Amino acid sequence: MFEIRIHSRGGQGGVTAARLIALAAIRDGKYATAFPFYGAERRGAPVVSFVRIDDKPIRVYSQIRQPDMVIVLDTSVMETVDVLHGLKAGGTVFVNSAHPPDFKSVRSYHVDLTGIALRENLVVAGSPILNTPVLGALAKLKIITVSSAKTAIAEMFSDERNIKAAEAAYQEMVA
Amino acid sequence: MLTVSTGNKAVAMAVRQAKPAVVAAYPITPQTEIVESIADYVTAKELSTRYIAVESEHSAMAACIGASATGVRTFTATSSHGLLYMHEMTNFAAGARLPIVMANVNRSLGPGWNIWAEHTDAMQERDTGWLQVYVATVQEAYDATLMAFRIAEHNDVLLPVMINLDGFLLSHIMQPLDTTDPGDFIPPIHLPHAIDVSNPKGYGGLTGPEEHFKFKWDIERSMRDSVKVIEETQAEFSRRFGRKYGFTEDYWCEDADVVILSLGTFGKESEVAVDNLRREGIRAGSMRVRWFRPFPHLDLKGRDVVVLDRDYSFGFGGVLAKSIEAKNKVDIYSVIAGLGGQEVTYDDIAGFVKQRRMGEESWFGVSGNV
Repeated sequence: MFEIRIHSRGGQGGVTAARLIALAAIRDGKYATAFPFYGAERRGAPVVSFVRIDDKPIRVYSQIRQPDMVIVLDTSVMETVDVLHGLKAGGTVFVNSAHPPDFKSVRSYHVDLTGIALRENLVVAGSPILNTPVLGALAKLKIITVSSAKTAIAEMFSDERNIKAAEAAYQEMVA
Repeated sequence: MLTVSTGNKAVAMAVRQAKPAVVAAYPITPQTEIVESIADYVTAKELSTRYIAVESEHSAMAACIGASATGVRTFTATSSHGLLYMHEMTNFAAGARLPIVMANVNRSLGPGWNIWAEHTDAMQERDTGWLQVYVATVQEAYDATLMAFRIAEHNDVLLPVMINLDGFLLSHIMQPLDTTDPGDFIPPIHLPHAIDVSNPKGYGGLTGPEEHFKFKWDIERSMRDSVKVIEETQAEFSRRFGRKYGFTEDYWCEDADVVILSLGTFGKESEVAVDNLRREGIRAGSMRVRWFRPFPHLDLKGRDVVVLDRDYSFGFGGVLAKSIEAKNKVDIYSVIAGLGGQEVTYDDIAGFVKQRRMGEESWFGVSGNV
């Protein structure tokens, strides 16, 4: 089982990102579940959501304690939240950032999803959309396939800029 | 078609296919997505249901009662305090023999204020005459909703059915969902005592001491008859759509020395605990109770029984544990866990099994207990 924890702020689309990743994994023929942790958070507060991917049906409903991968959609969350908490030895971190994150002894990747979203004019209510471009980064890391990433995005969003942004993230990320 | 869905959305999609004539509902967390989705279907003309947005849950159930009494298919959804606010009317629905189908997204009761999973809301409805089924996956939420209409409206039942799903844990999780065209799986509703203006009759009249008990016995008779209807419906569902359901979902129970009993998503988490316990050489099994009303016959003789209750009856005990004890005369280790969404992992459940003290009750996380 491959377990992902996503850190974001309420309203940034972390929950939708988890749903898109799960949908892409299912389109790859795998089993997946996605769920948020629903606390008392509101817009702007640090939130987490989770994805599980496996080759067999997933029966676990409790939260992910030791993720294989952590995704940080908003680096400002790291000022108050230990995003590496519980990360498995050999685990991976992906950060939405133009600069490489300063994690010691952790395999980390980065790409500027915010920049890509702004460039593609993928902005809703003044906020850049991060949850579709992040699928490009995950495809680059071979967690989902490129074709399923596109299928999942197309199933949930009709605006083609979402797929273009994911393609840009795929191209620009170094993996 | 294989898609992904939340538990809430799965219920709404099944309702869309069951095509109720009337849906009357009031929103409440974590159920709102169900009635919101149904309202969307109606707005988009994907469903020609009369959607009545009422001002309270009491009115929601009253409106369903009124609609159902005319002989049409009705649905509503609620949760927690909403369900309790309906309580007077839920009794009326069963007493008037109206096959209303309702989804209840299990949530705790305040105060202290809490919106997370707990079964105490539905447990407080257990004596109303409603059939109760508890589901554990998004697929099962969808399948059970389709089956609920067929069971409730069956001539040998004519009682309302409540589908229970764990708040957030199941209502808000995204899982694979295989949607199906139910075809004629749910036959057209025919309510023998439907109001017919061309043939006026009295409804809800006074029943004296010499008559009243007969109506109550009639509910119990139908509740007993519902066992066969549930079995037939689940068998027919399996024949048509390939997915099998029983009164319980048994996992490694045949040779088990210790069986974990639970309701809802606990049952799936328990299966993982069973896998891990078996790897350690402990012969454990999981029995997830799906139908709570009518309460199923359980084969538990000669085994240690560990019961997880995400509910409590104060001054008495865990409702599932006490129900099993009363029906089966077995020794039980009763664990009260998961109240108000308390996090309970498969490791925790394996721990309950290993540290079981037969005949005792423990509250998970309370000092001095497990």
